[in-house]
Amino acid sequence: MSHSTNAFDSLELKDVGRSFGGHDALVDLNLTIRSGEFIALLGPSGSGKSTALNCLAGLLPLTHGKILIDGKRVDTLPPEKRDFGMVFQNYALFPHLSVQKNIAFGLQVRGVPRADIARRVAEAIALVKLEEHAKKLPGQLSGGQQQRVAIARATVLEPRLVLMDEPLSNLDAKLRLEMRTEIRRLHQALGLTTVYVTHDQEEALSLADRLVVLRDGRVQQIGTPEELHNNPANWHVADFMGYRNLLDLEVEQVSGSQAQVSGHGLSLVGTAVHDVTAGDSVRVAVRPHDLLVVPDRASGQNTAGQNMFEALVNVVEYQGREFAVGVTTSTGQNLFVHAEQAPRVGDRVILRVDPARALVYQTDLERENASSRAAAPAEPARVAP
Amino acid sequence: MSTGANTLPRRRSSASLRHRLAERGIDSQLWMLVPAVIFALALFIYPFIYGVGLTVQPLPGMQKQWGGGIFANYIAFFKDPFVFDSVWITMRLAIPAALINVLVSIPIAFKLRGKFRGKRFLSTLLVLPITLGTVLTAQGLLIFAGRQGWLNRILMDTGIIHEPLQLVNNYVGVMFSLVISGFPFAYLLISSYLSGIDPSLEAAARTLGANWRQRFARVTLPLLAPGLATTFILTFVLAFSVFPSARLVGDPGDATRVMALMAYRAFGEQQNYSMASTIAVMMGVAELVIIAVVLLGRSFLYKGSTGGKG
Repeated sequence: MSHSTNAFDSLELKDVGRSFGGHDALVDLNLTIRSGEFIALLGPSGSGKSTALNCLAGLLPLTHGKILIDGKRVDTLPPEKRDFGMVFQNYALFPHLSVQKNIAFGLQVRGVPRADIARRVAEAIALVKLEEHAKKLPGQLSGGQQQRVAIARATVLEPRLVLMDEPLSNLDAKLRLEMRTEIRRLHQALGLTTVYVTHDQEEALSLADRLVVLRDGRVQQIGTPEELHNNPANWHVADFMGYRNLLDLEVEQVSGSQAQVSGHGLSLVGTAVHDVTAGDSVRVAVRPHDLLVVPDRASGQNTAGQNMFEALVNVVEYQGREFAVGVTTSTGQNLFVHAEQAPRVGDRVILRVDPARALVYQTDLERENASSRAAAPAEPARVAP
Repeated sequence: MSTGANTLPRRRSSASLRHRLAERGIDSQLWMLVPAVIFALALFIYPFIYGVGLTVQPLPGMQKQWGGGIFANYIAFFKDPFVFDSVWITMRLAIPAALINVLVSIPIAFKLRGKFRGKRFLSTLLVLPITLGTVLTAQGLLIFAGRQGWLNRILMDTGIIHEPLQLVNNYVGVMFSLVISGFPFAYLLISSYLSGIDPSLEAAARTLGANWRQRFARVTLPLLAPGLATTFILTFVLAFSVFPSARLVGDPGDATRVMALMAYRAFGEQQNYSMASTIAVMMGVAELVIIAVVLLGRSFLYKGSTGGKG
């Protein structure tokens, strides 16, 4: 299949918002999507990511803002005129039509000549490897196969934009991984601009060129997977990006970008992502991988001043190559750690964290917005005040 | 049961007989069916067989007039045009009435599918006629649409018409009554079938570029069609056994001389029980023919899951 013929240069969302009877489901979404890009909208349920997708598809009218393609408004067009393909969470395959006819549907309603339809449908079926199921009804297919049909049905039209609404959430873990690779392969093969909604950060990181993290209908950060993974803009994004340890501490002193924080019987040096001053209550985010279990021979040392502290092991989970360990500090703070060797439950361990890998955020999300000094993303996230 | 077990020698089940019977649905709970079975036997099966028996015991006069021995009533049914024409008269009423009920319900059920203020009020209003009996409906129609009814008086007083419209005591009157009493059933059934269709299917069709006509013709209608067939059958049966309205707001001597009326006449006026039973049995046969045709057509449609809440 050739690259989309009706591609655009850029799709712009300007101050896009949607309210439901006084409740703001989506506020001031600003995003410019370049042709061929794979964008993931990431957020927990209720964060407005599906609302954003439905607004893009035209299934929900906007209450604020506009959507432009190369400067032309499309938010006033009905969904059937937008030329966007959509993959639904429940697949929404037509149950009375065979796989072939499901895929042919969009071409038929557009009045594409019969011979072209047959050829393009055959190509699409081959692309998603469903040749021997072409004549079956959706009800006779497995979840993964249905998902492939849904993707083929949306992409056979070579739409300007493909929208995917949590397409993998109904699949089991193994199939999800397979389909993830499949979606990436299709995107690379077809070069179709894609907006992908998910609540799974791993999925988003592995698929997307750029991520948009949403919370309560507001954009938290926009950036490449690396930017988000390494430099989350606030503790909420950090939480989503696998910084499982969030410690509520207080700033003691600040020197440059390094902040001395303490509380709960801990005293650490971390990297201030936001402007903080002494006395601020902050949230410190650390990945389980960045909390190192210090080997026994070092345990005799004084732990103060080296970003080390003591904790008690209470859970050990085997995870294949390594161990996920749950520990409790002397003040009862629960933390998650990764270890190469399994400590025993009840052991005392010394943990150390690299100051560069302990990120210090303002606890108050509203305050941090005014003082964000997150490593500049490719396109600064315009966050609502 | 797994098919793999076929390769192994069958082992006798070691469970008790009671357990094995229960597995096939035979257990003490079946006794709860007894009242229903007695009712069915006493009030349906016995009278039905008795009635069929009556049909082959024609009066001597019938036998003399139509011949055919014990089948004289059936011969009379098919050969006497006065009786046999009532089949067509009834069909002419019941089939259009059922069609109107189904076709009118589709757009209304569609419009009332979404959520909006006053929806409950509106659908209550639509379903309300279910609570009216046919006699009450007929009486109301006479008062409202009769020669001296409100409708005609208003139209005449405002000068829109000069002669009163003949809306009752004819075919039109019975049709009105059949639509009034049949529509709520059709509407309720169709809206429940419609709510069984996953709305995301229509959304999917939209994003694929289908306009509303294409969405209806290619997605909604094929999924709704089996339900429409069922609804048609139900309202057809309701309309086919029309009796009170055919007599009260119809033209019982001519245009609305329906089968039920003929059966009543044979029984009430001619004291001919066996002929009345024959007409009743043939009513059932005529209905079954139509139902069979519709079900045959329905068997070609997709009847699986429609993805919605069902």
